[in-house]
Amino acid sequence: MKRIILLLIASFVTAQAAFAQVPYERLRDAQDQPENWLTYSGSYRSDRFSNLGQITPENTANLRTAWVYQVPDLNIVEATPLVVDGVMYITEPHSRVAALDARSGRVLWKWSPTMSKDLRFIGFPPVNRGVAILDDTVFVGTLDAHLVALDARSGAVRWDIIVADNSTGHSLTVAPLAIDGKIIVGISGGEAGIRGFLDAYDAKTGKREWRFWTIPDPDDPGADTWGGESWRTGGGATWLTGSFDPELNLIYWGVGNPAPDWNGDVRPGDNLYTCSLIAVDADTGELRWHFQYTPHDVHDWDANQIPVLLDATIDEQSRKLVAMANRNGFYYLLDRETGEFLLGTEYAKQTWAEGLDALGRPIVKPGVEPSVEGTLVYPSLQGATNWFSPSYSSQTGLLYVSVREMGSLYFKGEAEYIPGTYFTAGGEQALSGDDASGAVRALDVKTGEVRWNFPLYSPPWSGVLSTAGGLVFGGTEEGNFFALDALTGDVAWEFQTGGSIRANPISFSLDDKQHIAIAAGQAIFVFALP
Amino acid sequence: MIRGLILCALILFNSSLASAQSTIAGLTQDDLGNGKRLFEGQCARCHGIGGTGGEGPPLARPRLRHAVDDEVLFTIIKEGIPGTGMPATWQMSEAEIWQVAGYVRSLGRTAPESISGNPDQGQILYDVTGCASCHIVNGNGEGLGPELTEIGALRGSDYLREALLDPSATLPSYIASQSVEISGYLGYLPVLIITRDGQQLLGTRINEDTFTIQIRDGNGRFRSFRKHELTKIEHQPDKSPMPSYRDQLSATQLDDLVAYLVNLRGEP
Repeated sequence: MKRIILLLIASFVTAQAAFAQVPYERLRDAQDQPENWLTYSGSYRSDRFSNLGQITPENTANLRTAWVYQVPDLNIVEATPLVVDGVMYITEPHSRVAALDARSGRVLWKWSPTMSKDLRFIGFPPVNRGVAILDDTVFVGTLDAHLVALDARSGAVRWDIIVADNSTGHSLTVAPLAIDGKIIVGISGGEAGIRGFLDAYDAKTGKREWRFWTIPDPDDPGADTWGGESWRTGGGATWLTGSFDPELNLIYWGVGNPAPDWNGDVRPGDNLYTCSLIAVDADTGELRWHFQYTPHDVHDWDANQIPVLLDATIDEQSRKLVAMANRNGFYYLLDRETGEFLLGTEYAKQTWAEGLDALGRPIVKPGVEPSVEGTLVYPSLQGATNWFSPSYSSQTGLLYVSVREMGSLYFKGEAEYIPGTYFTAGGEQALSGDDASGAVRALDVKTGEVRWNFPLYSPPWSGVLSTAGGLVFGGTEEGNFFALDALTGDVAWEFQTGGSIRANPISFSLDDKQHIAIAAGQAIFVFALP
Repeated sequence: MIRGLILCALILFNSSLASAQSTIAGLTQDDLGNGKRLFEGQCARCHGIGGTGGEGPPLARPRLRHAVDDEVLFTIIKEGIPGTGMPATWQMSEAEIWQVAGYVRSLGRTAPESISGNPDQGQILYDVTGCASCHIVNGNGEGLGPELTEIGALRGSDYLREALLDPSATLPSYIASQSVEISGYLGYLPVLIITRDGQQLLGTRINEDTFTIQIRDGNGRFRSFRKHELTKIEHQPDKSPMPSYRDQLSATQLDDLVAYLVNLRGEP
């Protein structure tokens, strides 16, 4: 009897020690453990590629639902789940967190923030896009702009800090990025005229280690790209998770649109670093380089898209690259050490630029600015793509992008800054319905050439996942979750989930079976072979 | 303390007075103009300029699902809808909320018209020309075409006249014609379908996605297809399942029928 008890205690201790420990090294080498999904985009490279190859074009017809988790909220779930050693961590709308048994979908723990009745979320639904995990702690940002560290075993709060003032329209909807000892978070609130920033916090204590303002102080470089005092309310939110290169020790993060959105008269100049990709030093937060996709934007084409890191040979030279299909309708390839512009091509219908010049700056057509009577421009306010993730497969050399083919009538209005209210100065009427469509498009990552195109009935809000099994998973507004052949774009499988898909797929493995998970409507669906 | 109580009572009195007096019926054109300005600044980001919809539902429709009356509409704008993306309002006074409510109510709802034509004669014509074989008014008729119970609130006389003479000129959008919130899609869109075994079918589209299409055939039967089973799907936005009444109605009869339809405003 005594021996049995000792054995039980020993195994209990062992199990505890093994539970969900995610040191930095596991995150850095995430691609080597495809049974887990450890960070928002699957790896620091943000390629949303799974090395699991059990599910293939030949057997996808046999995919079936393993389980469904219903989210008790009226809003659509936009989160990417994480899966760590058999536990799935998701966020629900209104910044709630749930830990689920990845085998059954049963709840292990839940956590809800206590938020004021005067909660403000300006310019977006009460969404949350996911958690980060580091060591034994789960990190979540909240709508009232707190960053909270939760014990991964129990959901108990370890620390809770205020990132910014919610009463002025600051919120956190971003999935944090965990790197070595630090939690990186961006801020939402560009439509409220915040001044954007990117922050790093000590993972153990919650103490802020650095802040990079996405709109420079009057004394800093770039300040001359803002007229008068407009920089104070200039937007530049950082609401989508970026990427990280551990060797270069650089964080790559997209910066949002300038404020007010549709009336640029009050902010003359290029408005740095809005609509840009920034590369900042992970230790200090200092800017290493930037590339502005859309100078002086007046269409809300922020650069809050996923920067995908990859290495390839260009002009017989091995290069470290960062690729982005931007909201403005162009695909860009940059050198990620220097920010040098290498390539830019149109990947969706756009009517606002003649093209890009040798430095990648758009050659803007006359008469495309918003107007009082409305100006028709492609892409629409929602962009040729948006926050939902692309995927890159080094097996095919293709970047898979969910594309929106839609135009908008852009209206210009007056702008008056009142703290904590909309500061947008105009709006849009989108040419939706039968006038719009969508696609999953496969781009040659080195040339931007479209290799195949899978048309969608309507513009999508779903990201894509590519896998070593030669598949690309994606979703539609009408609830279709589907798999395409990664080489040809041919349909391999389709399932009607019954809810709009505005999320990104992931893959993980459990009991030697590859699983695919996606949020659809107000539920999480998980699929596997029998 | 007493001063404080009196002040409180005064504030209470004033605010209840303000909210009782500030109804949509009492709004001036200037109020509605201000409501439009506020709507475009604070609401159009989600609901679209003119309430055409976007990330939030379209509001340019005669009836709003959540706002059964003006007081409820006021409360929704003021307090939001818990559990949804509709937030509470913290930046507008009660008078301004009424202005926005008034502007929202004006969207997708025509002003009452007085036109020539005899609506009673129009009702008789509606019955004898067989309109009820495709349309429902106040629960009577067949539901093949759009319900017309409140068509007068939704459409002006010019539109209704054109619909009778040249039905294919404008197909109604889903927003206007059905209770579903699908922005911009044409309702009652004629579709020609050819199956792999050569069967041809003409119907009206009920729903569609990337992989499937659902139609109603000429007999009113729902038909469902997976697109890979079809060799052709032809949308025909320049056609309408409704026949033209150009050669069947005299000018007077047309006036009478339009007068009847304009008076259908869904009101008891």
